[in-house]
Amino acid sequence: MLQSIGAPSVDTLFEQIPAEARLDRNLRLPPGLAEQDVVSLLEGMAARNKHLGELTCFLGAGAYDHFIPSVVDAVISRSEFFTAYTPYQPEASQGVLQSIFEYQSMVAALTQMEVSNASLYDAGTALGEAIIMAHTTTKRNTVLVSRAIHPHYMQVLSSYVSGLGIKIGKADYADGVTNLTAMREHLDESVAAVVVQYPNFFGGIEPLEALTEAAHAVGAFMIVCVDPIALGLLTPPGAYDVDIVVGEGQPLGIPVGFGGPFLGLFACKQEHMWKMPGRVVGATTDSEGRTAYTLTLQTREQHIRREKATSNICTNQALMALAATVYLSALGKDGLRHVAELTFQKAHYAQQQICGKAGYSAAWNVPFFKEFVIRSDKPVDQVNQRLLDNGILGGLNLGKYYPELENHMLLCVTERRTKEEIDRLVELL
Amino acid sequence: MKQRQEPLIFDLSREGRMGTTLPEVDVPEISIENALPEGGIRKDLPLPSVSELDVIRHFTHLSERQISVDSSFYPLGSCTMKYNPRVNERISRLPGFTSVHPLQPEETVQGALTLMYELERYLAEIAGMDAVSLQPVAGAQGELAGMMVVRAYHQSREDDARTTVLVPDSSHGTNPATAARVGFQIAKIPSNERGTVDIDALKGMLGPNIAGLMLTNPNTLGLFETDVVKICEMVHDAGALLYCDGANMNAILGKARPGDMCFDVMHFNLHKTFSTPHGGGGPGAGPIAVKDFLKPFLPVPVIEKDGNRYWLNYDKPQSIGRLHSFYGNFLVMVKAFAYIRMLGAEGMREVSENAVLNANYIMSKLKDIYPVPYDRYCMHEFVATAKEHKKRGVKALDIAKRLLDMGFHAPTVYFPLIVEEALMIEPTETESKETLDAFIQAMIEIDRESREDPDMVAHAPYNTPITRVDEVGAARKPKLTCFGE
Repeated sequence: MLQSIGAPSVDTLFEQIPAEARLDRNLRLPPGLAEQDVVSLLEGMAARNKHLGELTCFLGAGAYDHFIPSVVDAVISRSEFFTAYTPYQPEASQGVLQSIFEYQSMVAALTQMEVSNASLYDAGTALGEAIIMAHTTTKRNTVLVSRAIHPHYMQVLSSYVSGLGIKIGKADYADGVTNLTAMREHLDESVAAVVVQYPNFFGGIEPLEALTEAAHAVGAFMIVCVDPIALGLLTPPGAYDVDIVVGEGQPLGIPVGFGGPFLGLFACKQEHMWKMPGRVVGATTDSEGRTAYTLTLQTREQHIRREKATSNICTNQALMALAATVYLSALGKDGLRHVAELTFQKAHYAQQQICGKAGYSAAWNVPFFKEFVIRSDKPVDQVNQRLLDNGILGGLNLGKYYPELENHMLLCVTERRTKEEIDRLVELL
Repeated sequence: MKQRQEPLIFDLSREGRMGTTLPEVDVPEISIENALPEGGIRKDLPLPSVSELDVIRHFTHLSERQISVDSSFYPLGSCTMKYNPRVNERISRLPGFTSVHPLQPEETVQGALTLMYELERYLAEIAGMDAVSLQPVAGAQGELAGMMVVRAYHQSREDDARTTVLVPDSSHGTNPATAARVGFQIAKIPSNERGTVDIDALKGMLGPNIAGLMLTNPNTLGLFETDVVKICEMVHDAGALLYCDGANMNAILGKARPGDMCFDVMHFNLHKTFSTPHGGGGPGAGPIAVKDFLKPFLPVPVIEKDGNRYWLNYDKPQSIGRLHSFYGNFLVMVKAFAYIRMLGAEGMREVSENAVLNANYIMSKLKDIYPVPYDRYCMHEFVATAKEHKKRGVKALDIAKRLLDMGFHAPTVYFPLIVEEALMIEPTETESKETLDAFIQAMIEIDRESREDPDMVAHAPYNTPITRVDEVGAARKPKLTCFGE
């Protein structure tokens, strides 16, 4: 090979690196390991984590222990999917492209919106993108974000839009949902968008209809961040005429994985599709008239528009979108409804049992789905330590995020929790 | 790949079918209607109803209509489509990694935090930098984080005049798109006749309004920026910072380090350089590495070590904040960690030596028929032009499509923008000489075809599941879901 190149040695090829920039020693890395040794090493590291097979999980707050049917991993383990790149060459990428088209269709169905993109990173960043889209479309510079959204999402969207002159106003909550009266007081024609979560961070079901009417009354966008499992049961945001729906797709067949990779859902009204961030797949035909799928609306994107692109996003979470597509296919409309109802019933049973115990009560009387807030007489960390000692992962200590919610915990119950596990939790509280 | 069309999963739907089994409710039930507000229950959910076998067959059929690294050589320039070692997949599926909740108490996730802490140290060493954040989940998000750090640095010095970022005309589109996202103006630096940054032009552009320069090194032409040290000096003298787009790190592992070239901040693409799979478009991971003086600005949380205990530190008042709902794409980090531990220092260096050797070998065999605009040794990839072929009626895109017929993925085409009819070829280190030779033969064959039957090449491909796609029609009448008209 060197002969063909006309170079005496491989080192010659690296001589274009100026001497002062060359590394003249070995990297200080541990020595290379054989395959069996790296497996042992990583198995050892994994064993130093307590996983949800060892702990009974009543923790949610943005990462959810829903059951993943076996078909999901079977499909996403196919290397035709996981070792492919972004489908730039449609003639050789119909597999990935069609699966993304099906994903977009399912996200549209679930949210009852007209269009969806091919995925974003996670819910927090999807909210950031949605806010930027509302800002560029309405040319307004303020957004009103409910304090009842996930505090991490609040942090992410704040950093995300920090360079663009967008002001984040925070709308307070009352009785576990966004305070509509306070929200209305802050709404005027400088507001680009109103942002809420559905169900919200506390598990409460927001009054989307009234919130959307209030936002639209001043010409602002309504942006809603959803839990897709809840949409198996709850009226979807699209039914309330909201403008953009984002969400965390992790519950759709993706493991909690210490927080990632997750899946950012993004859907909107058709009239806004040219302002959408990220990749989009469309249906068309090939030169022989056969149905074909291809990346489309590319003139929005960075590789063509450079600094004028609607977003800088290119790599997304395609394999996670495939996991969600397989999950939603396996469950279908009946299965997703059933999972949502199981979750709903078990969460309500758990909440009732806990509230029946001395020293524990519901923080608010508000309709909820799978998460709920409990006020405790004891410090939450103390309660959680006792639970952990008994193999139970307790709820989130809300006092760490909301000073006014000292001694409040956010619990989550999915369809995976059995009555026996719930009863044991209650007993140990 | 299979020619047979596959219907949409929605078209396979039959009332009453389901692809899994679910338990019955085991708790006393309440009335959902009473528990939810009026009108709160959804009436209709247009998802398909299919059996488990339907699901498996459908997606298996789709997979048969897809090219991948496992099926084919994938010389997609700038994307580093190397083989993805299966041990990474095995390890990343351990329940001790997949089934760990991100908000578990720190004492129950010491393995995960150790892995992240050590991976940060490895990447810092490979970069020649002092500190790393693993949080960004893609290259473009790494750029975003890095440029936010640049902005925060200038703000911390109350140097508010620095509103413009310089990018070479050969840069990735994400560089200007990202800098704009962070609120910067963009100015473009021309390339010189050697394909690298035009130093004189740069000199004329530097000033008190410049926040930084974003440079890919080796650049998108696959050429090392030989003046990089000088460029760094000039940029630093002007009070600006130097950002390294690390997309091309596969060329210089263990051979040279951005930190030693005086870059201040950079991002990696774990899904390029460190063998984690691309997943059909993601998930990736785009960690950033910085010099010590930029450490206070890194995203939160930061992983800290006290003795043998690891913990997450949120108390970083100068931080740019949080960029991900949790800590980034952790399971991708696990794979990159395993890869680095498998290779060690020597293995790392060999990656780049073989990647560069392979690229130069292909270039040497093809440059007579596909001229390279900058005739010098390349690094891990090279850019050739098909402008002579275009005169015969065969464009770079047509050559790309004809390669699909021959069982190869196409190179990147029409990028970088400064080369007419660009074909950007990156073989990576994991391919054998036999594979490279087969690809070279295919390129020679296409060149011959372009002389003998240009029209045939111009309408390729023929052996793929579908033929040329009506992309104009797709954009003019967008159909993004299976619903509606």
